[in-house]
Amino acid sequence: MAIRELTCIICPKGCALKVEIDENGKVLGVAGNTCKRGAEYAENECTNPMRTVTSTMRCSDGSVIPVKTVTPIPKADIYECMNLINKGVVTLPVHIGDIVIADVFGSNIVVTENRK
Amino acid sequence: MTELVIIGGGPAGMSAALAAYENGIRDILILERDERLGGILQQCIHNGFGLHRFGEELTGPEYAWRYEERVRELGIPVKLNTMVLDISVDKVITATNPTDGIFQIQAKAVILAMGCRERSRGALNIAGTRPAGVYSAGTAQKLVNMKGFMPGKKVVILGSGDIGLIMARRMSLEGAEVKAVCELMPYSGGLARNIEQCLNDFNIPLLLSHTVVKIHGKKRVEGVTIAKVDEKGKLIKETMQFIECDTLLLSVGLIPENELTKSAGIDINQITNGADVTQSRETSVPGVFACGNVLHVHDLVDYVSEEAEIAGKNAALYIKGELKNDVDIPIETDGKIRYSVPQRITQKKDTKVFFRVANVYENAEIKVYSGNEVIFKTRKPKVAPGEMQCITLKEDQLKNAKKLKIGLEVL
Repeated sequence: MAIRELTCIICPKGCALKVEIDENGKVLGVAGNTCKRGAEYAENECTNPMRTVTSTMRCSDGSVIPVKTVTPIPKADIYECMNLINKGVVTLPVHIGDIVIADVFGSNIVVTENRK
Repeated sequence: MTELVIIGGGPAGMSAALAAYENGIRDILILERDERLGGILQQCIHNGFGLHRFGEELTGPEYAWRYEERVRELGIPVKLNTMVLDISVDKVITATNPTDGIFQIQAKAVILAMGCRERSRGALNIAGTRPAGVYSAGTAQKLVNMKGFMPGKKVVILGSGDIGLIMARRMSLEGAEVKAVCELMPYSGGLARNIEQCLNDFNIPLLLSHTVVKIHGKKRVEGVTIAKVDEKGKLIKETMQFIECDTLLLSVGLIPENELTKSAGIDINQITNGADVTQSRETSVPGVFACGNVLHVHDLVDYVSEEAEIAGKNAALYIKGELKNDVDIPIETDGKIRYSVPQRITQKKDTKVFFRVANVYENAEIKVYSGNEVIFKTRKPKVAPGEMQCITLKEDQLKNAKKLKIGLEVL
């Protein structure tokens, strides 16, 4: 059994979490969280950490436009996700939420700004 | 004559405009110096905005759009590319733009929502040459996120405020090597979650009690010398070390942009560098209100929007002749509490008071005194300068108050 200390990244509070883990990596308990989402975060962070990736993509007119993964993706895949984002080109016009790359590590890349 | 002129079309300006509209004001004009609305949120492409307001995690541009869309729907007039040059004591605004030239508007009420700017290298007295490659973190953010340029490949960041932390991650994602974030203070000025997700995720060391003492390089930055400082902030010479880099980002604080405020003769608070305001966010000049980062630097845009709504609503009341002040209760702070907003209460009603502490304190008790009497107290397990605090004083707690003082005791 081990205790892992984490900082929750779900909201700006940044609660200091203590996660109890057994020898097989199974989460036994979470302390220090002040909401349900904190416990969920702690459990995921110790088993399969996930992150939302935000970046920019080139547009057909040469400008750059902000994008994000619409849901978090596995932390280990962040750089591969960045590669895909950096290779892609966004065809204008686009509206907030339009998918510009589909099926990226279980998520979609969407634009977060309108552009004519 | 325009009933309400709002200076700045960022989150504060837009939110104030919407609140004034909802409170019955139709003759509104937003003046914005950029070519579009949104302010600094345009370049804040990371997520984490809007959890309080919308219960979801938005990026900066998405958060801004929620407000811009509403401003457009309601048809609130906006002048873009418009620089305000002066506000007079009697609320005549002088501004300029490429289509109207120089023009003046007499406003019945004004809301100041100009935001803040970054402290620059000049404010820091770092020795060395003046090579290319020294940027404020916000400038680098604009270059990367809006212009699509990378300012460098090997980066050292001075200052651990949130913009510095966010840029450490952003530069790493785009392939730069971020060698270290140096922080003069023994604690970070940024949110704990940003240290986790922006530094720890990318194995970037956070060097607390460290500063940059020299910048090397003639045409381009070739490296920096960093060193540890003692408790008094004095350099420990034996700890000096050279780090090779081509870029130094400065994230060393934000200053409310109050040149216009000063020209209007409005009282400025020495600690916030913003106007002194009442709970209505009215400044020392009646009918001129201030909100957002021009008033004091906020941690979260959600709080900026909330504050701007207060300013917008009260500006509407002022225009309608319904803003009544019945008392004048100044709020002082004890030094451990650095400042409060508002700085005075002029109506006896439930009032939210925001404040910042001067240092990291654990097990702190916050007390509000009216004379010698404690009218409010609360305990906080931990408070830090980077996290704005908020308490609500109830109408009956203010009943006999003439003068308030907020203090902090470590238990």
